[in-house]
Amino acid sequence: MSHTAQHEENHGNGEVKKVTIILSVLTIVELILGFWMIGITSEALRLAIKGTIIILMMAKAFYIVAYFMHLKHELKNLIMTIVVPLGLFIWFIIAFLYDGNSFRNLRNTYDPYFKERSTIKVEKKAEGHGGGHEAGAAHAADTTAHAKDTVSVENKH
Amino acid sequence: MSNVTTASTKEAKWWNGGKSPFDVEYGKVMMWYFLMSDAFTFGAFLISYGTVRFSTNGWPDPNLVFKSFPFAPEGVNAPLVFVSIMTFILIVSSVTMVLAVHAGKMMDKKGVVRNMIWTIIGGIAFLSCQAWEWNHLHHEGAWWGRNPFINADGTASSTNFTNYFFTITGFHGFHVFSGVIINIIMLIMTLMDKFEQRGHYLMIEKAGLYWHFVDLVWVFVFTCFYLV
Repeated sequence: MSHTAQHEENHGNGEVKKVTIILSVLTIVELILGFWMIGITSEALRLAIKGTIIILMMAKAFYIVAYFMHLKHELKNLIMTIVVPLGLFIWFIIAFLYDGNSFRNLRNTYDPYFKERSTIKVEKKAEGHGGGHEAGAAHAADTTAHAKDTVSVENKH
Repeated sequence: MSNVTTASTKEAKWWNGGKSPFDVEYGKVMMWYFLMSDAFTFGAFLISYGTVRFSTNGWPDPNLVFKSFPFAPEGVNAPLVFVSIMTFILIVSSVTMVLAVHAGKMMDKKGVVRNMIWTIIGGIAFLSCQAWEWNHLHHEGAWWGRNPFINADGTASSTNFTNYFFTITGFHGFHVFSGVIINIIMLIMTLMDKFEQRGHYLMIEKAGLYWHFVDLVWVFVFTCFYLV
């Protein structure tokens, strides 16, 4: 009994070490990609990096659930009753993100106010300590007034 | 044909009665189902965030928002540094939790106590980091309904960014907090020899499942808010 227990512990600790290293490496790769992305302006490349980060995220999630939460070593019956319902997420994510994207396109096409507001640049505030303490409403009103000024200047066509 | 018969008998044997089809304790199955429902709650939050972000033209650049560090001079530009420390704290506390569960399987009380203490310290460290970050953002003028950060393309932003950030990291932080409380209770029960008397440390395994789930959610929150 103690022999099998000992064996299981050795096996388990090796697995824990392996998974810890995998998770750390995946996180470091994610961070490297994140830092790399700061200087990149190409929208296509940014999208590709974001996609890679999300794939790495899914890999991390798999290792945590499969090994730390021990799901991989459970019976198939239990695995299926947990994983199959979560498969709904595939549909959720595709449907809702598609819907959000479609809503943006519709508004950009049919809502000129929405479109115009998202093209007006706000003047970057000087970095001042405690500058954010002013009331949010007053700040918002100020921003809108300022934005209107900019519009009258820029809106020539 | 014979293959099919063998397969079907093999398949059916778990459900013919007299056997536990999942072969785990009741409480653990229920913990899994609770975590599944919690996953749907977090998933709903994050998908809602994604939908709103997809339906908006501009969004603040996380590297300009989350760039500070405790004890660093004002105006320091260190994007991703602080949050990566938070991420590693949570990963390490997850590892010590696994070690506590393993020690529990070995009926090694000392190992359980040692690793539970490390896990609790990790949880408290993570919460402290989050408290500092919230406080810092609040000082910069960010809160529910207030967003001082402009979009990455220089246009005016909405409050969606701060609303989602504080709601989702707050909900996650609350999970970490309750996880720490659960772990402290488990530590006290271990010290009182409750599990030695029961003859098993299954409660540690269930608390461990919850703690790993908290780590798992952070993987998603970290990616969605700070990286992407």
